[in-house]
Amino acid sequence: MRLTLDKVGKSVGAETWLRGIDLELQPDAVTVLLGVTQAGKTSLMRLMAGLDTPTTGRVRVDGKDVTGVPVRERNVSMVYQQFINYPSLKVFDNIASPLKLRGDKDIAGRVKALADRLHIGAFLDRYPAELSGGQQQRVALARALAKGAPLMLLDEPLVNLDYKLREGLREELSQLFAAGESTVVYATTEPAEALLLGGYTAVMEKGEVLQYGPTAEVFHAPASLRVARAFSDPPMNLLAGQASGGVLRLSGGLQLPLPAAMAQAGGALTLGVRAAALRTTARPGDLALPGVVELTEISGSDTYVHISTPAGEMVAQFTGVHHFALGAPLTLYLHPAHVYLFDAGGVLLSAPERISYL
Amino acid sequence: MARIDLDLAHAYRADPKQDSDYALLPLNMTFRDGGAYALLGPSGCGKTTMLNIISGLVTPSQGTVMFDGRDVTRATPQQRNIAQVFQFPVIYDTMTVAQNLAFPLRNRKVPAAQIKERVGRIAEMLDLSGQLDQRAANLAADAKQKISLGRGLVRPDVSAVLFDEPLTVIDPHLKWQLRRKLKQIHQELKLTLVYVTHDQVEALTFAEEVVVMTRGRAVQIGSAEALFERPRHTFVGHFIGSPGMNFLQAESDGRKGLRLGSQDLALPGDGSVPPGAVTVGIRPEYLRLVPVGSAGAVVARVERVQDIGTYLLVAVDIGGQPARLRLGMGQDVPKAGDTVGLQVLGDHTCFYQNEELVA
Repeated sequence: MRLTLDKVGKSVGAETWLRGIDLELQPDAVTVLLGVTQAGKTSLMRLMAGLDTPTTGRVRVDGKDVTGVPVRERNVSMVYQQFINYPSLKVFDNIASPLKLRGDKDIAGRVKALADRLHIGAFLDRYPAELSGGQQQRVALARALAKGAPLMLLDEPLVNLDYKLREGLREELSQLFAAGESTVVYATTEPAEALLLGGYTAVMEKGEVLQYGPTAEVFHAPASLRVARAFSDPPMNLLAGQASGGVLRLSGGLQLPLPAAMAQAGGALTLGVRAAALRTTARPGDLALPGVVELTEISGSDTYVHISTPAGEMVAQFTGVHHFALGAPLTLYLHPAHVYLFDAGGVLLSAPERISYL
Repeated sequence: MARIDLDLAHAYRADPKQDSDYALLPLNMTFRDGGAYALLGPSGCGKTTMLNIISGLVTPSQGTVMFDGRDVTRATPQQRNIAQVFQFPVIYDTMTVAQNLAFPLRNRKVPAAQIKERVGRIAEMLDLSGQLDQRAANLAADAKQKISLGRGLVRPDVSAVLFDEPLTVIDPHLKWQLRRKLKQIHQELKLTLVYVTHDQVEALTFAEEVVVMTRGRAVQIGSAEALFERPRHTFVGHFIGSPGMNFLQAESDGRKGLRLGSQDLALPGDGSVPPGAVTVGIRPEYLRLVPVGSAGAVVARVERVQDIGTYLLVAVDIGGQPARLRLGMGQDVPKAGDTVGLQVLGDHTCFYQNEELVA
């Protein structure tokens, strides 16, 4: 199914919730809407579903204008943050409900197959309230999948689950989406979740879509500082500098040679450095950033070190568990080819090759 | 400040018979005087029950709680001299920030000069010095929670300060600053701190030692490094790290030989694994690609390669058993369907029997 938004905007009273959105969703793939709370993700999904009508612009499905066509006349399934099921129906009947409405055959077989796929096959005879949160959300997902709608909208479906449950379910969902049976839109606030889901990503901020493309491509080449900030966790390190004579001067007297293609650049630039591009061991040609450890955060698989350097505050990411004492000196190393450069208006000038950070 | 010894079990129902009847299975544990601990686990693992037993809100159904060798099993939180910080701010809206911070001291009839000194010090640590004379009512949620933290930390004579998911209301972008504050405060004040959370970043960042819990059992107490490098229980390997540890079923001959699917491997070094069924644990960060046919290489098929931004996550199938590995973005990136070799055995490989680490 091909869903197209033409110059879509939404205003409520004096407030603008969405503005000038042009978006043609990749058909039969997952599109992630990535943005902080209030970026406009839910408002946009409501327009896609037909729950709301845009103030300006058109919504098209397979070329046909459906602006203003209500949700009940469209074929859409939705899953929300909250675990929404029919409390008085057993799990089986919850999943079967869209199939019964349509008068399908072999309902029992379909329900069983979907339930098994989502690991709730053993609970078909229970009521939703008798299940854990993770299982309840699996029921809601199974019901949405049972509907087999060409458009499936998921609004932060995993946000209320423990992170380990989230990890497993996200993995299963990304494989279901990859089957390409419907066009899926998935809203999240987490950059890592977008990367794990893959597919395509639309980065949203303040009611606008800033960039749309294959998820990894958007991550590796953010078109602007706004996208780079929105699509990085830990945040991309951003340092102000002055370019002249093929050199970028940072505060604290630090200097970085500009990449050959950027040698002619002059004036104010912003240097962007991913946390994972920083190392504690030097390689030939590196820039050294001497600093002091502010905090070591440990996620389990990664260690994030916050350090203050003469060029500004920075975050570095290392694989595995590492200890750096608060207040201890630490020098980070950076290769000049591993940086992003943005012009004074925040537009991307150059991005690094896809490098091996490990 | 106190050293806390727990030797107890707890069931919310009378006459518990099986493991699942216990909220907390029998355990014997010591919290060092001045140590920073986190209780980490999924919901329902028993971490809040343990915290409530330490504070005195819950009396264990069997066993004892000792503070500095003194039996306090039936003592109230006041008698134990415990300070607590909860998920949501607990402050007096009508008082100023300074009055809020002073309240626990005033209650204990601490001399005014001492109160002033202590409140000033805590306010400075939490960056609240500029707001001391403001009414608490008008502050943002995170500032209010900082006051709650300050009230928990203000008394120098407490046995322990207990935190129950204290950063829940804090904006994600401010969390790291408060984590840093808490660490600094622990270094300066040397209080015994116990911190409950389901968030691994918070637990591993804050604590010197993390108690990992599942289904009423404390399965490992250790540093972040120990939990990552040498998980004592398969649950720890799974729960710490994202994705967690890979587990592969194998058969040990009790000496150097290990059979993984249809492949025979020899343990390196002078280690050995008890005979019988064994679960081989290796983290995605340590599973390495090696040329097919090289010594010790396990043959696997690549199922999926995902670009996760800073690295590639590769899903492989090892004779029907799934595993994942992290790979840099350099050359020689395999594609789905490729046959590859994997280095499974090495310094970082762990071996489990009945879910417990054996080698």
